[in-house]
Amino acid sequence: METNTAKVDEKAAVVEAGPLKKEIGLGIGGRRSFLLKLGWAGFALFLSAWMVSFMRLFFPRCLFEPPMTFKAGYPWEYTVGVVSTRFQKEYRVWIVREGEGFYALFGQCTHLGCTPVWWEGENKFKCPCHGSGFTKEGINYEGPAPRPLERVKVTLAADGQLLVDKSIRFRQERGEWEKQGAFLKV
Amino acid sequence: MLTEQREKIKEIITESQVYKSIFRRGFEDTTKNRVLAIFGNVFLHLHPPYVKRHALKFTHSWCMGGITFLLFLVLCFTGVFLCFYYHPDKINAYRDMKYFEYDVPFGVVLRNMHRWAAHLMVITVWLHMTRVFMTGSYKPPREFNWVVGVLLLVLTLLLSFTGYLLTDDQLGFWAVTVGTNMARATPLLGHEGPFGEQLGVTAYNDIRFALLGGSVVGGNALLRAYVWHCVAMPVTAILFLAVHFWRTRKDGGTAGPL
Repeated sequence: METNTAKVDEKAAVVEAGPLKKEIGLGIGGRRSFLLKLGWAGFALFLSAWMVSFMRLFFPRCLFEPPMTFKAGYPWEYTVGVVSTRFQKEYRVWIVREGEGFYALFGQCTHLGCTPVWWEGENKFKCPCHGSGFTKEGINYEGPAPRPLERVKVTLAADGQLLVDKSIRFRQERGEWEKQGAFLKV
Repeated sequence: MLTEQREKIKEIITESQVYKSIFRRGFEDTTKNRVLAIFGNVFLHLHPPYVKRHALKFTHSWCMGGITFLLFLVLCFTGVFLCFYYHPDKINAYRDMKYFEYDVPFGVVLRNMHRWAAHLMVITVWLHMTRVFMTGSYKPPREFNWVVGVLLLVLTLLLSFTGYLLTDDQLGFWAVTVGTNMARATPLLGHEGPFGEQLGVTAYNDIRFALLGGSVVGGNALLRAYVWHCVAMPVTAILFLAVHFWRTRKDGGTAGPL
């Protein structure tokens, strides 16, 4: 019963409103309805700007994270053919000395971001989370990792020490390992 | 004589203004009073005053929704007590957990009640969902309540996930490392996801960064997990729980018209 009366009322309201608008000559652009819409639009605009500010709040400007660059000692401190885990704990980087020079691998599995472990005896990096394996060069060859480990920029500082910059990464699958900085010839 | 006195005391209490202001009806075991007991209570009024006889059978619902809610209450209760000792920062978090384990009076019971109730709640919420699915209770007119239930399931899992980090041990740390790294691959919003790189999304402005409050799982991530876990998500869950119970009554089924 109630729903029926409601429907009738609605119809009545429509019928009443129809001719009234015509009489006064106010369409969509009528002054009152325009001001009303403007008011609501302003309100909506204000609210959305407010919401955006709340979203922005989740992205801090200042970070208290470990520095991205560090000096990694002198070249003669490294043994040819050995993966150095000296800076793994503090900087998450392995430095490898080859015959011709150095490269630095970023210690983050390309699957879901755990730190792999360097196993000297098995000559591979192995991720403890889901079992991805990487060669000494950083090439993925087992487990779920979709691409090789990333290398980071390694250069020589003015004082002759190795200078590692983690903010510059080199991805093998993009041919970036050939770029300058991915390998330091000494 | 004694009975007389007892009756008199009872009358003094039940006729007092304080008592009458709280309990507004008598004790008579009448249908009307039983209905009023449900209707007149802000918490119970979410429930129907009548249920079908068959709905009371244990095997009708396996009580999985009710047990899930009980566990939720246990978690809220024990969680508040855990908050009295826990500090969500990198120096104290793990220590506080050890403190609970070895020093706080009954701390080990409190912490493990919270932990086990959390594990159980995930199990019972799945079983509840399975039961609803197997009995076809998601079908119209109750499809909206199924959707609310799915939201509650997601909230339960997110509560579990954020609670995982709060112990700040190896297990929780790497679980959250892995979990938030999945967010890297979000389309548009993650820096390793589809179109992310083209839109200029980096590890310093993507969705993962917003979740962690940084580019690594550090102090900000711990504090964020804490706030989501202890305030934002439980409040959201309570709101959806109220809707869920209310709709159970309104949509019929177990609590449908007699």
